[in-house]
Order: sequence, then structure tokens, then C-alpha cells
Amino acid sequence: MSDYRIQGATGEWEVVIGLEVHAQVTSNAKLFSGAATAFGAEPNTQVSLVDAAMPGMLPVPNMECIRQAVRTGMAIDATINRWSRFDRKNYFYADLPQGYQISQLYHPLVGEGAIEISPDDRNPDATKTIGVERIHVEQDAGKLMHDQHPTRSYVDLNRSGVALMEIVSRPDMRSPAEAGAYLRKLRAILRYVGSCDGNMEEGSMRADVNVSVRKVGDELGTRTETKNVNSVRFVMAAIEYEAKRQVEVIEDGGRIVQETRLFNVESGTTRSMRSKEDAHDYRYFPDPDLLPLELEEAFLADCRASLPELPDAKRKRYEGLGISAYQADVLTAEVEAARWFDALLEAGAKPVAAANWTTSELFGALNRTGRDIATSPVSPSQAAELLALVADGTLSGSLAKQVFEVMLETGDAPARIVEDRGLKQTSDTGAILAVIAEVIARSPNQLAQYRGGKETLFGYFVGQTMKAMGGKANPAVVNELLKKALA
Amino acid sequence: MSVDTATVKKVAALARIAITDEDAARLAPELSNILGWIEQLEGVNTAGVEPMTAVIPNQLRLRDDVIDADPLTGGGIRDALMANAPQAEHGFFTVPKVIE
Amino acid sequence: MTDLTELGVAAIRDGVRSGAFSAVEVADAFVVKVAKAKHLNAFLVETPDHALAAARAADAARAGGQTLKPLAGVPIGMKDLFCTKGVATTAASHILEGFVPTYESTISQKLWDAGAGMLGKLNMDQFAMGSSNETSAFGNVISPWRRPGSDAPLAPGGSSGGSSSAVAAGLCPGATGTDTGGSIRQPAAFTGISGIKPTYGRCSRWGTIAFASSLDQAGPMARDVRDCAILLEAMAGFDAKDATSLQLDVPRWEQGLSGDLRGVRVGIPREYRFEGSGDGLNYDLEGLASIGATWKAGIDWLRDAGAEIVEVSLPHTKYALPAYYIIAPAEASSNLARYDGVRYGLRDLPEGAGLQDMYAATRAAGFGPEVKRRIMIGTYVLSAGFYDAYYTQAQKVRTLIARDFERAWETCDVLLTPTAPSAAFALGEKSADPIAMYLNDVFTVPSSLAGLPAMSVPGGLDKQGLPLGLQIIGKPLDEQGVLNAGLAIEQRAGFVARPQAWW
Ligand SMILES: [Mg+2]
Ligand SMILES: [Zn+2]
Repeated sequence: MSDYRIQGATGEWEVVIGLEVHAQVTSNAKLFSGAATAFGAEPNTQVSLVDAAMPGMLPVPNMECIRQAVRTGMAIDATINRWSRFDRKNYFYADLPQGYQISQLYHPLVGEGAIEISPDDRNPDATKTIGVERIHVEQDAGKLMHDQHPTRSYVDLNRSGVALMEIVSRPDMRSPAEAGAYLRKLRAILRYVGSCDGNMEEGSMRADVNVSVRKVGDELGTRTETKNVNSVRFVMAAIEYEAKRQVEVIEDGGRIVQETRLFNVESGTTRSMRSKEDAHDYRYFPDPDLLPLELEEAFLADCRASLPELPDAKRKRYEGLGISAYQADVLTAEVEAARWFDALLEAGAKPVAAANWTTSELFGALNRTGRDIATSPVSPSQAAELLALVADGTLSGSLAKQVFEVMLETGDAPARIVEDRGLKQTSDTGAILAVIAEVIARSPNQLAQYRGGKETLFGYFVGQTMKAMGGKANPAVVNELLKKALA
Repeated sequence: MSVDTATVKKVAALARIAITDEDAARLAPELSNILGWIEQLEGVNTAGVEPMTAVIPNQLRLRDDVIDADPLTGGGIRDALMANAPQAEHGFFTVPKVIE
Repeated sequence: MTDLTELGVAAIRDGVRSGAFSAVEVADAFVVKVAKAKHLNAFLVETPDHALAAARAADAARAGGQTLKPLAGVPIGMKDLFCTKGVATTAASHILEGFVPTYESTISQKLWDAGAGMLGKLNMDQFAMGSSNETSAFGNVISPWRRPGSDAPLAPGGSSGGSSSAVAAGLCPGATGTDTGGSIRQPAAFTGISGIKPTYGRCSRWGTIAFASSLDQAGPMARDVRDCAILLEAMAGFDAKDATSLQLDVPRWEQGLSGDLRGVRVGIPREYRFEGSGDGLNYDLEGLASIGATWKAGIDWLRDAGAEIVEVSLPHTKYALPAYYIIAPAEASSNLARYDGVRYGLRDLPEGAGLQDMYAATRAAGFGPEVKRRIMIGTYVLSAGFYDAYYTQAQKVRTLIARDFERAWETCDVLLTPTAPSAAFALGEKSADPIAMYLNDVFTVPSSLAGLPAMSVPGGLDKQGLPLGLQIIGKPLDEQGVLNAGLAIEQRAGFVARPQAWW
């Protein structure tokens, strides 16, 4: 359990956090029209008559959006409601052409589920379960731009009608770290499922952050909702700020009002959204343009069958292969990396060596060169080949590093690099013994000291021998022969 | 249900219809009258009755995820879309500046 | 040569096909008649070019030896609730003044595809809210009918009052209407013409300006039952753009017409009687005696056509109107939120106004009093704390009303009722009392709530010589049964009265 506490003047405070995540559903067309959803188009070019709410326009739901939301629900072991409905949430705003958002209040598509998080990545086995209350499907709004004109705001409806899943957690999180872990895990699941690209910079995932504070063991306090926070880091910062602010307000004798707040990225603070403060009365009612959404067993079976192996299952499977919990966690955090690693195993690499190599050598190199797994110049089958050359003794660890560097630069196959550059490791005892004799001959002082008891000098002889052999000697053989020669 | 002028003003505000005090005073008894009349539904025993969801048996049809399959419900029609706009600039609809 | 404007849809279609006259001659005759009928205020926009272009296409097709389309050569009037590409469409509201759709509604497109041409856009109650055509922002429509010895303007009914007035005055052989709680049937009854509202989902709602989505249905209005059948065949059919559209083939209703009702059981709902306040409707209106007599005559005609008459009970009838006046305004309050002055239509931006003030000013200036009244009612019944008591309860009552009909279908095939509680009233006579106006729809609303097909046919004249309508309500999808019963009445009622041209 989290021991995150705010130290107030009156003692310790606990933070209670719930997240409502809006995740853009991956689909070609919008939730209720045939207009495209691609990011970055010219303003109002991906808007249909339906999305602009022209007179007489009607919504027809996109099957793919429903399918993706159902698959997402299945991925978090949630109840899938065979009977759901769309409701209208009525309010007036310039980014909302219909004057209502088609959403789901009374009968959401997905009911209760759960997500297991590991807030401490050094200790991935210390998990906590965060409840998910529901997932409903709804329309995104358009975009307003306020800085283009001195007295006018500009309205771009390209996003208007894009499908969102609203994933509502229970108030089960108790620290910024837990909220961060929840968001990362949720993002990973969405990306594994393929129902959302998780691209927070492009707004594919935004979180409404509900925060309240209480003395440990007390009833829930009044919460505030900080809207549309678009990175894990900002969510954590918003919680930290908001929790401290609330404690201060209460300890100064004030009261927390239930309100909507906005996070300021520059200052890391939140402020009340006065323009939306007037009490909302959304007048939800079932959308009369749409019939209830009834899902058939065949559709559900199809959704289920199309689910990939999910992060938790994959992590457990890796651990079962002897991979450390930490590495298994690292390897499964990102779907592309996990797929890459699976392909590596598929190509015949030994799991433990493959995990060691991938998490240190490959990830290190990608990190160093500012690349990610999707743009890795080394393919899983090339990596498998490299690891095989190590396993069969063709390459030593340091030779393998050299070969890998060349692979990163040229994209060539390892066997070819070994061939072309003569990087093959040698276990030829004759050749090694000859070099050892030579090294000993030119190092009489070191020899004397070593024999006199200074055993650390063994490394000197290994180094000299390896250097003289251009790094290609099999280190095990060198060790063995040196021990005999120096004895 | 008797509706007072304050309620009328609140409802009008919610519906974004500007009304004057006189409008509100005139509408209050009128709306009270209509609401009083529709309230006879209170007396109907609807225990165990499901609210109607579809007037005739019909299944919600879903569309395929295809962009611009029908030009009437597809995008790429900015000129047509903005042809009736009271005010538009640089491909945007415009409204009085909103402070968020 | 006969006056071509005396002819109905079938006669024009057949005459153009046979070459008895050309489509252009027909279109010309109606165009002239429309232009001369300004006093009726039935048309908001006249589109002679549209009608003539369709007529020329029909004549050219015939000259080229092609098979003519089902409505080739037939010019019609289009209710201004249907969006028509390039032709101003306002729903008779200031808020849409100047709006010219860049798209064609499914219903109008189907009619043009069938060869029909458009004489113009027909006036109506604003956003289809009204029963007398007094809520149009562009002036009342006047019925071509008058009381004897009086020139007091009469209501053509509503909301499809421009349609009823135009058809009754012979300005067009047929017109489109829409019916949410009786807006095709009641104006048809007031003006001595026929009109049918099909089963909910038969006619696409795409491109038709919405009033109350779960109730709105388009349908034809014409001089007789056959013409209604012909027009409905062209209008109906599946549309993938409307999620509530029924995925069914359109029956050949005209071909199936038969006034022989042997084997048909006609139900007479006990609760549609108005005497007393027991299980009937608890109010009293003028003209009930005439309506009663006409209803009685209708029963006799159907019996004469071979039908068996049975009494049925629809116990929740009296709750239909209050339920309707919760559900329809609730849906309307939301459907009309899009008229905000941002993307089309009126914008009222007072000096220094912010966004929300602009909305309030625009909507205050753009919507008429009845529209505002219904938006307010709808907003109220959906607002926090009232939703269940009003809206959910109304939808439960709606379930009970639908069940009443289902039970009735166990003992009968169609129902016969009056269409409206009285003949046409004078303009201004009821506009002061909204509830008195709402009561006009007392007989039409229950079948609307249940999504059933229903039609009005002329049944006779009241003591003052004004038309009275009879309503036939059918089972879901049984438009044929409704049309056939309507035809049986038409064949026996001998309704030939026409308003004398005074306009
Ligand atoms: Mg939220
Ligand atoms: Zn949401």
C-alpha cells in the first residue's frame, strides 16, 4: 500500500485519486460519420455534414469503434454489456455543433473491470489492483483556437465526432506514482489491444484527474476535477500540486468546492475554470436517433478471439522462461518492444541471454542513438543470429559488441560482418599459448609480483593476451591456459 | 407543478434563450398550466413497465469503418460546409472570443 | 381541353405516359396556378424551373421511347422541412432564414429520382410545431375553405398546413408532409384531402429537419387514396444514413389497392368516444356531434365493404397527449440546440456579447413563441431532478399505449376513428390557449407514439360545410391494410366537395 502522505500542520493527509481517461479509438472514420480521423489535417477538411450538425443530419455508429471498445473491455476483464444505449449530454459550446455530445450515461457498453499496476518499477511483483468502473463510447468535440484573432475564436471541427472511450477508474489510487503507473499500464494495454495509439502529444489520450484529500481513515473528502491533462508527468504533477493545495485550504479553515480545474503546464499549478463553473445540468436522455445497441454472441466471440497476449500474461510467460521479473517488466512495457522480443524468441534465441542482450545492449544502443524499437536497424532475426554466434562460441562478448556496433551502422547480417572483418573468436590453444609465452616473456616484473602473491595481476595477463590477439581469443580458453602458464 | 419566474429564467438560461422579465412573468403561468396538465401522468401505474426504447422492433445497424464511402456523410467538403456560415475566416468558423 | 390542375397524381402520370398531354403543359398549368394563389400563403419559395426541368426530362424520355419513371411529369409541393439542395429551406423559422442546403434530403431525392418535379417549398408551422399553421415565421397559411357566408380565414391544420392548403386548392396534385403527432392527418382532415403517415422507419429522416426524432415520419398528402399510395411508394425505402430506417422492401401499395374488405376486422376504440368523462376523453368541443355522425357513417361504409366491426379498448388513450407533450418537447429541446448562429442561419451578436450571450440572443430572435415554449417545456422536463418523473414516466406510458394497440390487434386488423375532434377552426380562435390547440391531436397522437401507420381520408362535411376526416390506424408495416380501408371509405363517402376559389 502507498505510504505517500502530505505533511500538513495538523498531521498527515492521504490523497485519493480517480482518473477518467479519454482515449481516442483507433478507426479510419468517425464514430457516427464517414469523415476521416487522421491527425493534422487542414481545418474543417475532415468534417461531414453530420459532424457539423447541419439540419436533418443523423448519426449511424461505426462498427469498428464499438468493436475496439469491446476488445478493450475484454482486455481489462470487464463486463461487456450486451445491451447498451447512447445518451445525449446537452450543453452549449462552440466546439459542440449539435449542442449535445452523444455519449453513454445510463447504460455504458463496458461495465466493471480492473487493471493491475506496479507502482515501483524496481519491484514489479509488488502490484496493486485499480478498479475500472466503466468504459463508455462517446464523441469528441471540435477544437477552438483563441490566439488567431484579437476578438474571435476560431472553430475547427476536424475532431468533432471522433470516437473516444472514456475509461473511468475507481478512486483507488493513493499517490502520484500510482496514478502514473495506472496511466502507463492503461496506455500499454490500449496499445497492445490496438484500440488507441496512446499518443498523448496528439491528444489521443487525456486524463481528467479527480483528487481529494483526507486524514487517514476518514471519509472521502470533496474532490476537484482537473480536466484534460495530457501527459503522465503532468498528471503526477497536477496531483501533487492539487493535494498540497487542498491540504492548505482545509488547514487554513477553508472548504474544498467541487469544481473543474485546469492544469498549467508551465507553472505546474491548477486553477479554477471559472468559465465552466456555472452549475451544469446536462439533461441526459437516450438519443432518439439511435436504437439500443445489442451485441450478438458471435460478435463478442470474434472480439475475444482477436485479442493479443496482454502485458501481464506476457510478463508471466517471460518469467516462466527464467527471465528476471525486472527484465520481463521492461520487455513488456511497450507493445512494439514486446513484439520485437517475441520475434527474437521465435527466431530461436535463448530467453535469458536474449533478455539480457535486449534490455542492455539493444535498448542501450537505441537510447544512445535516439531511436525506438520501431526504427531499430537490427531485426529480430539478425539479433537471433548474433546471439547464436555468441552461444556457439564464434563470438566472445566483446566481439559480439563490436559486431553489434557494425550491425547498427550498416544493418548487415552478423555472420557476414564476422566474415568480412575477420572478427571470429579463436579457441586455438596453440596460437593462444604462443601469445601467452610472448606476454610472459616481456613482463618479468609482473610475473614476479604475481607469483609473489599479488593475484590481481592475473587480469593484466588476460588483458595483454586478449589485446595481442585483437580481442578474438576465447576468454574462457585464455583464462584456463594462463592459469596453467602462470602457476 | 407551479413554475415561478425564477424557474422560468433558469430554464431559459439553460436553453440559451434570452428572455426579459416580462417574458418570464408571462411564461410562468403558461408553463405552469401545461406542466399541470401533463402531470396527470403521475397517476398512471407503471410499476414493472419498461420505458419504450424503440417504437417498432428494429436493430441498430452499424456502419463499416470506411472513409467517405458515401459523400453525403463523408468529409472533404469544406466549401459546402461553410457556404452558409454567418462568419468564417481562413477555413474556420468564427465566434466571439471565448475565455477558458 | 380540361384544366390539367384538376387532375391528380395518377391521372397526370397516366396522361403523360399515354401522350394525352405533355409534362410541360402540366407543369406550366400548375406553375401559373401557384403564382396566382399568393393569398393562401401556402408557398414560401416557388421553384418553377425545378418543375419545368423535370417535366422536360419526362417529355424527352417519352419522345426517346424510354420507359417513364413512376412519377414522370408529376409536379409536387415540398414541405419546407425537407432540405433541398440549392433551394432555401427554413422550417418556417427566422432562425434558418437564408439557409440554402448544399444537400438533398433522402425523401426529396427519392421523389426527384422517381421523376417528380418541385413547384416550391411549402409553408408550415415553425419546426413542425403547431396544429393550425399559425406558428410560421412567414405568416399564416390560409385554408382555401371558408364557412358559408363568411370570409373569416380558416386554419388549414398543421403542421403540414401549406401542403394541405396547396393540395386542396389544386395548386399541386400532391405534396409531402411530415407527421410527428398528427401533422399530416389533421391538416388533411381540415382540408378534405387524404394523407398517410407510414410506419415509423419506412421513410428516411435523413435531411429532414428534426422536430422529435422518435416520432417524425414523412408521408404524402394528395387528393385521394391511390395518389397517396403512388407517392408513398416513391418516398419509402431503406436508407443507410438513418439508423432507425427499416431495412425492408417497399411493397407495391398501388397495385395492392382493394376496397373489398371481406375478412377484415375493423376495431372501434371505445375510448375515442367523447361523451362523458368516464373512460372517454375528459373534455368537450364544438362540432363533436358532426364528428360522431361521420364516424358512424364510416363504420357503416366499412361494414358495407365487407368488414366485420368489433369494439376494442385502448385504455391508456387519455394519457397519450400528456405523454406526447413530454416526449416531443424533450426531444425537440435537444434537436434544436444546433441552431446557435455558428455554422448557418441567423446570428444575433449584440454589441460586446460573448459566445453564450450570442447563443441566447440568436435563439431569442430566431425562434417563434411556440417553438420557445416547447423548448422550455422540454428543457424543464429533462432537467436535474425531473427527468424520471416526467420523461421516464412518459416513456413507460408510451409502452403501455403501444401495448394497448398490440392487444387490440388480437381482435381486429385496422382501427377506425375520427381524425380530429372538429372541423377547421378560424385562425386566431385557439392560438391563445396552447392546451386547447394541443387537444387537436388527441386522436392522432396515440398511433404516433406507437409508431403505427395511419391515414386520414375525407368522411363528409359538417353542418357548416367544412370537411371532416376519418382516421384509419393499422398494424406495424400494414400500410396496405390502412390504404385499403381508406379506399373503401373513399368509394362510399362520395366526397366531391371542393373549396370555391376566392383567392
Ligand atoms: Mg470527465
Ligand atoms: Zn467524456
